[in-house]
Amino acid sequence: MIKAENISKSFGLVKALHSVSLTVKENELFGLIGPDGAGKSTLFRILATLLIPDQGKASVIGYDTIKNYRQIRMLLGYMPGRFSLYPDLTVEENLAFYASVFGTSVRQHYQLIEPVYKQLEPFRNRRAAQLSGGMKQKLALSCALIHRPKILLLDEPTTGVDAVSRKEFWELLSGIRQAGITILVSTPYMDEANLCDRIALFQDGQILSIDTPANIVADYELHLCAVKAPDKYLLLKTLRSWPNTYSAYPFGDAVHLSTTYKINNNELKQYLTHHALPGSQIMSINAGIEDRFLELLHQKTLTHA
Amino acid sequence: MNKIKYILQKEFLQIFRNKSMLPLIFVLPIIQLLIMANAATYEIKHINIVVLDVDHSIFANQLVLKFEQSPYFDVIGYADDNEQALDALYADRCDIVVHIPQYFEKNLRHGKMVKIYCAVNAINSSKAAVVYNYAQSIITQFSRQIDIESNRETSTIKAPDIRFANWFNPHLDYKTFMVPGILVLLVTLVGMVLSGLNLVREKEIGTMEQINVTPIGKGAFIIGKMLPFWIIGMVELALGMGVSLLVFNIPVEGSMLLLFAFAAVYLVAVLGIGLLVSTFSSTQQQAMFLSWFFIVVFILMSGLFTPIESMPLWAQKLTLINPIAYFVKVMRMVMLKGSTFYNISGYFLAMAAFAVGFNFLAILNYRKTST
Repeated sequence: MIKAENISKSFGLVKALHSVSLTVKENELFGLIGPDGAGKSTLFRILATLLIPDQGKASVIGYDTIKNYRQIRMLLGYMPGRFSLYPDLTVEENLAFYASVFGTSVRQHYQLIEPVYKQLEPFRNRRAAQLSGGMKQKLALSCALIHRPKILLLDEPTTGVDAVSRKEFWELLSGIRQAGITILVSTPYMDEANLCDRIALFQDGQILSIDTPANIVADYELHLCAVKAPDKYLLLKTLRSWPNTYSAYPFGDAVHLSTTYKINNNELKQYLTHHALPGSQIMSINAGIEDRFLELLHQKTLTHA
Repeated sequence: MNKIKYILQKEFLQIFRNKSMLPLIFVLPIIQLLIMANAATYEIKHINIVVLDVDHSIFANQLVLKFEQSPYFDVIGYADDNEQALDALYADRCDIVVHIPQYFEKNLRHGKMVKIYCAVNAINSSKAAVVYNYAQSIITQFSRQIDIESNRETSTIKAPDIRFANWFNPHLDYKTFMVPGILVLLVTLVGMVLSGLNLVREKEIGTMEQINVTPIGKGAFIIGKMLPFWIIGMVELALGMGVSLLVFNIPVEGSMLLLFAFAAVYLVAVLGIGLLVSTFSSTQQQAMFLSWFFIVVFILMSGLFTPIESMPLWAQKLTLINPIAYFVKVMRMVMLKGSTFYNISGYFLAMAAFAVGFNFLAILNYRKTST
């Protein structure tokens, strides 16, 4: 459904995308995972026919994003990262306007947006500017869906939204997917990656890896354990200077320590005690998406150095 | 076509919803019209005069009386010496000092040449010229009266009696002259500033990007954004015209239809400028400054306040590309002179060219800035 081949784009001296290639299959929920500034929005804007790439080609539903942009626009629902509906129009008016712009009506595709819109209904006469962050996102999603697009591009839809609303939003997405719509979504939150069919790990305008979340985690070849100690900063410093350490990253209230071979927990405990960190806890754990992401980053910096 | 309709609906919804916009569009201009038409006048009355009468004679008193009787002059004081008189001038207490020299009456009675010295505050040069002319005419009148009283002929040849008639504005009413011009100003503000701001706002809040991924073409979008301001501009002109007729009794000699037809083309040209400004700006603040710059230059050089004919040649040439100058001129020609389409066809053509030209430039730049 979406095909990007060797896409590069620069803004002045800043190279936003380096030869990015990816394919999104029909009815897939595909996630672009990466930190802010990784180039996710630029890729979205190219796929949404808003930007022309410097190099490479992209097609959406078989239409070229440059030559056939008109056809794409009929079939595409795009939700930009920034809330961009009319703040002075009400919920209902925004929806009706975008419906009319696509030559359809709210009633025609009401079934599709119903799960989303139902939650907005009590506020339908409220101006968009006065909605909460989560409600704004739901309105934007409704507006992007109102013409029953074949493909939905969602650029960081859950950024700045509270945890409960985020969860609700992802539930809505899986419902939309069941209605037969292909979804490409970007997010900086690694925990959301598991909710996608396939993901692309994105960093500095490059794709580090593309696969299902399970396979991406399975690719993790290191041994991982979580280490906890009261003085986290000292713990991190100490672990990084331990000769057996491959990498150590802070992770919530623990530090994730990766090693190339299975370590002896007692040996580490002794080392930590010796370095003024007595009574630390060590637990072997399974890697998550973020661990894999950090490993890939680590590899990349090693090969660069 | 339908798409334009939907955008229009949305635009009017937004404009009428905006509580500060409506008075801004309809009430402020009327207030402006009422204030400016009454305040912006070249008529100079209440010229403060200080008399330095050294002669203290009957003739001198008669001359001062003439100044006192004139509706234009207010004699605010008498100076004892030159220094005191100039003091009044320096302190801005008076606009003119009239110095009646010693032996004024004596010399006049002996038929000798007499000099009256007038010092005029010329900080505002056009006002000074008017003051000087008024003073001169009063002094001339006085001297003629003396001649008649002493049965003396100033010249053996009877001078021709010249009388003036002021055509198109017989009473030289400045309101008649100013109001048509101020109407232009009001229409221009709506067409140029509001339209540009409105379009930039879509950029600023990001809705432009959202609109760009819809099937709405750029042409339909621009027309949908501009048409409301064209309509508002026309309504505003009608409103302003109504006020001018009712409040100021401005005559409309020519065809009202012709006036509105010209305004219709003019608004398209001005909207083109607004659009051009919006393509150069990414925030409303930038758009505001840019259009303000254009408006101030255009208005000051439009002949609205100062006659174009008295500008330096290069400035006169510049007014050739100033649409406001054309509209001010046409407005006055049609309203005051009753010019017909035939009389203003050249301006019509020029304005049509502006309309095409500015919009062409704007669309060209619009394409370039948004891929």
